[in-house]
Amino acid sequence: MRRSAFRRSRGDGPFRFVSTGAGVILLAVMAAIGVFLIIKAIPALQANTAHFLTELTWSPNATEPAFGIGSLAFGTVLSSFLALIIATPVAVGVALFISHYAPRRLASLLGYVVDLLAAVPSVVYGLWGVTFLVPFMLGPSKFLNTYFGWIPIFGGDQVVGKSMLTASLVLAIMILPIIAAISREVFLQAPKIQEEAALALGATRWEMIRMAVLPFGRPGVISAAMLGLGRAMGETIAVALIFPATFNISFRILSANGNSIAANIANGFGEATEVGRGALIASGLVLFVITLLVNMAARLVIARRKEYARAAA
Amino acid sequence: MAKQIEVSDLDAYYGSHKAIAGVTMTIEPRAVTAFIGPSGCGKSTFLRTLNRMHEVIPGARVEGKVRLEDEDLYGPNVDPVSVRRTIGMVFQRPNPFPTMSIFDNVAAGLRLNGRFSRSELNGIVEESLKGANLWNEVKDRLGKPGAGLSGGQQQRLCIARAIAVRPQVLLMDEPCSALDPISTLAIEDLISRLKLDYTIVIVTHNMQQAARVSDKTAFFNLAAQGQPGMLVEMDETSKIFTNPAKKATEDYITGRFG
Repeated sequence: MRRSAFRRSRGDGPFRFVSTGAGVILLAVMAAIGVFLIIKAIPALQANTAHFLTELTWSPNATEPAFGIGSLAFGTVLSSFLALIIATPVAVGVALFISHYAPRRLASLLGYVVDLLAAVPSVVYGLWGVTFLVPFMLGPSKFLNTYFGWIPIFGGDQVVGKSMLTASLVLAIMILPIIAAISREVFLQAPKIQEEAALALGATRWEMIRMAVLPFGRPGVISAAMLGLGRAMGETIAVALIFPATFNISFRILSANGNSIAANIANGFGEATEVGRGALIASGLVLFVITLLVNMAARLVIARRKEYARAAA
Repeated sequence: MAKQIEVSDLDAYYGSHKAIAGVTMTIEPRAVTAFIGPSGCGKSTFLRTLNRMHEVIPGARVEGKVRLEDEDLYGPNVDPVSVRRTIGMVFQRPNPFPTMSIFDNVAAGLRLNGRFSRSELNGIVEESLKGANLWNEVKDRLGKPGAGLSGGQQQRLCIARAIAVRPQVLLMDEPCSALDPISTLAIEDLISRLKLDYTIVIVTHNMQQAARVSDKTAFFNLAAQGQPGMLVEMDETSKIFTNPAKKATEDYITGRFG
C-alpha cells in the first residue's frame, strides 16, 4: 500500500505523551499533597475544643487541646505585608537604577550582586537578624516610640528588639533582591521605541520612565512583589529566630508581639503530640489558602489592565 | 513658529565609530527637506543629531554645530530636554504609548510641559488630531487605547502627539516605511499641509516620496562600508531628480546602485 504523503509525523505522538504526562503528574502530586494534609489535619480539628478560625491561643498538646489560627494568620499577614511595603519601593528603585541610570559597567556589577543576594539562604538572613539587627533596632525603635508614638502602630509602653518590626525588616531585606532582580529584567525589556517617543517629546529621564517604563513594567513588578510576598509568608527559620512567639493580635509593631504560621510550625513540630502535629498541619493548610488568595488578588490587579496589555502586544 | 536650521561641519560617532562626517547644510523654514541615500549612509543618524536624540544611545556623541536661528543646540548651557521640546520627532515604527488612551497620547507632551486646564487640553487635543487628519476617525473613542488603532492611524496619532506641543521643527524618520500605500498617501497629504506651519525634515528610502513631498533634497552616501556617511549634495528637489550636479547622485536616483 502506498503511504500517504500527509501522514502524521512520528515525533508528535511521543512528545504529546511526555508533555501531557508531565502535566498530569504535576496535578496528581499537588492533589495528593492536599489530600494528605487534610487527612492528617481532620483528627486534630475534631479534638479541638476551641474554634479553629477565631481562637488566638495555641495549645494543641494539652489534654484538652485548644488552638486557633487567629493570631498566627494575623502575624503572618501583617509581617509579610509590612515587609512588602518596605521592600517594594526600594527594590523598584534599585531595579530602575540598574536598568536605566547606572553606567553600563556599574549596572552589570550591581545586577550580579543583586542576583547573588537573591540566592542567599534565608537562615543566613535570620542569623544576621538575630545577632545584628535585633540589638541594633532597639535605638531606632525607641526613637519611633518616643516621637511617633501617637501613631498607633508605634505606640506601646515597652519597646524591644525582637519585635514585629524587626522581623518584618529581615523579611524585607530577604525578599528585596528577588523583587529587584525580576523588576530589573522587566524594566530592561521596556520597548526602546516608546522610551524614545517619550524622550523626543521632551521628557526628562524620570518622566520617560514614568511614561514608558513603569506602565510597561507594572504587571511584572506586581508579579515580582507577589513572589516576594509568597517567600515572606512561607519564610520559616529567619523569622522563627526573631519573633517573640506570642499568641495575640496587636498592631503595636515595636512591642514584643508577633508570630507566624511558618515560624510556629518550625518551633513546635519537634515536641508536638499526635494532635499537635495535626494542628500544625491544619495551620499549614491555612497558609496555603492565604497564599492562594493573595495570588488570585494579584492576578485580578493585572487582569484589570488587560485591554491595554492586549493592545500593546 | 517655523525656524531655520543651520548645520556646520557636523560629525557623529557611535563610540569610536564615526557614522557621519563633515555635514554642513541649511534647512529652510516652512518647507520640506528630504534626506535620501543608501542604507547605512547616516541619514537617520544625522536626523537624530538635529534634536539631540542621537546622544540617547550609550556611547554616542556629536561634534560640530547645529543652530536653530541664533541658538547653538550643542552649546554648553543647553538642556537636551528643552531642545527636544522645540524640535519634535516622528519615528519609523508608530510608537504610541500602549497604556495610554488616544486622548492621553496626544496630551502626553503637553502634560510634560506644564499645567493645562481640562478645557485647554480638550481644545489642543482636538486641534492636533484635526491637524494630523485623524479627528474624524477617533473623535468617538478618545478614551480607547491608542495601540488599538491601525498602523497608519497610529502613525498619524504620533504626528498629532508631536505637533500638540507646537514644535518649531518636525523631524520624520522614514514615517511611512511601515505603512500601506493608502496610509502613506494620507501621511504625505498631511506633510504638505503641515509645511505651512512647520519646518519639516523627512528621511525616506522611497525616492518617489521624496520627489512628491519635498522642496529640497539632500543626498547622503558613504565612500565604502565602514566609512562615515557624508552629504554628497543638496539642492531643489526638482533639480536633484532631473539634473543632479554629482555623478553619485545620478547613479543613485536612476537606480544604478543602492
